[in-house]
Amino acid sequence: MPAITFIHPDGKSDRIETSGGESVMQAATRHGLDGILAECGGNAMCATCHVYVDESWLARLPAVADDEDALLDGAAAERLPNSRLSCQINITPELDGLVLRLPDRQV
Amino acid sequence: MIGSGTAGSGVPHLDVDPFDMTFFADPYPTHERLREAGPVVYLDKWKVYGVARYAEVHAVLNDPATFCSSRGVGLSDFKKETPWRPPSLILEADPPAHTRTRAVLSKVLSPTVMKQVRDRFAEAAEARVDALLEKRSFDAIADLAEAYPLSIFPDALGLKPEGREHLIPYASVVFNAFGPPNQLRQEAIERSAPHQAYVAEQCQRENLAPGGFGACIHAQVDEGAITATEAPLLVRSLLSAGLDTTVNGIGAAVYCLARFPDQWQRLREDLTLARGAFEEAVRFESPVQTFFRTTTREVELSGARIGEGEKVLMFLAAANRDPRRWDKPDSYDITRRTSGHVGFGSGIHMCVGQLVARLEGEVMLTALARRVAKIEITGEPKRRFNNTLRGLDSLPVTITPA
Ligand code: HEM
Ligand code: FES
Repeated sequence: MPAITFIHPDGKSDRIETSGGESVMQAATRHGLDGILAECGGNAMCATCHVYVDESWLARLPAVADDEDALLDGAAAERLPNSRLSCQINITPELDGLVLRLPDRQV
Repeated sequence: MIGSGTAGSGVPHLDVDPFDMTFFADPYPTHERLREAGPVVYLDKWKVYGVARYAEVHAVLNDPATFCSSRGVGLSDFKKETPWRPPSLILEADPPAHTRTRAVLSKVLSPTVMKQVRDRFAEAAEARVDALLEKRSFDAIADLAEAYPLSIFPDALGLKPEGREHLIPYASVVFNAFGPPNQLRQEAIERSAPHQAYVAEQCQRENLAPGGFGACIHAQVDEGAITATEAPLLVRSLLSAGLDTTVNGIGAAVYCLARFPDQWQRLREDLTLARGAFEEAVRFESPVQTFFRTTTREVELSGARIGEGEKVLMFLAAANRDPRRWDKPDSYDITRRTSGHVGFGSGIHMCVGQLVARLEGEVMLTALARRVAKIEITGEPKRRFNNTLRGLDSLPVTITPA
């Protein structure tokens, strides 16, 4: 199953084994990862599952939808060109090895 | 108690009335009975299906094509009965109509907008705590859970100062009206005329101050997103659902923190837990207890066959304490990972005002925990009865300054 690496603001990292049919946010919360709040439970309504995608992976992710785009403007931490909402990234086998950086805050 | 009749074979029939005073006084044993009876139950009293386990509640919420909202999210089926008021354009609508109105309210109540109102909401919370510290002993419902949202939300909407006393009574009618035709519902509707008149008036463009949520909704008419006749009804949604819900949410949080001093202590030691403490109170008390859906076709749900045009009652509160989903569901734990709770619903109708609610809860609890060392309950809490909302009528407390 695809593994994802999360890099915390302090530089420490967590590698998480994911299972099929879940989003990056679901995998993270299932493992109790600190740094992803996901207050709306993945309904694309809260922007508290914000991540920065490692540049080398950016082009391999599906495009940002309009609602995600609008929400990212309201994320607590600065929005960068590589900002995404992790509940909107569904894990596929091609994403094995994905590297994500966590923002310093979600609210 | 295995029956047949309208409910397909294998669906347990229960003689429970989840809109009855004795149930409201202590719903938890009945919630357990409902969950343990089976994934889908049938309530003979109101001739409705019920789901009380997390998995089924979540499934129903996330299949709006089968479990629709346009036939009403209360017991009344809009296909068979005339609704007591013109239906909501968002709550009581299905895609594609819902998609359009929902986009408008999502924009008006977005995270970006919350950043703009945050400081104002936080200052008002500090001011409320100042006033409470003067009093020391007060009613945590009237003087805190009601007074705080009343001090910010009507202004944020852009309402005129006059007539605001109609707001909570109007919301109480709305939430009672989702219930069955019991005394609570009938009396509420009978007395609703003046509140309805007030609300209809305030929803008009000329009565909403510039810059407020209400004016922002009307501005969407100019963008072509909604029509001029739709805008007032969308403002009505915020008047209906935006105040009494947070009153009960904040009331629930204060009641929890007063009852569980260890959690209060934890919050005082780490103020960043305030938002989680509010969210956990929404899971634990579920201020909005239930909503209905209506089936658009025959469907099989966890082995139960449900016909077309049947009402399905979702017990959000029971799902939020389902031991199949939650570890120690009956304890209030402010560090719990609450993501996924259904206190704000789930799926396309999930509360569009959830960010407003969380912001109010967070800044209020932060202000309290920073300045107050102790909250003691000094008298018998009194419950307020409503067909949908769960909360207190009064909660006498005494606070000690930090
Ligand atoms: C603690 C406070 C609150 C709770 C527990 C709560 C709960 C809920 C729930 C459970 C739903 C889902 C209804 C369904 O699935 O049929 C909902 C929807 C809704 N809420 Fe809230 N709510 C709260 C605060 C607010 C606030 C502050 C506002 C407005 C500013 C608001 C406006 C709405 C609206 C308009 C809908 C309908 C959304 C739709 O159908 O797409 N709520 N709320
Ligand atoms: S979990 Fe809320 S937007 Fe992703």
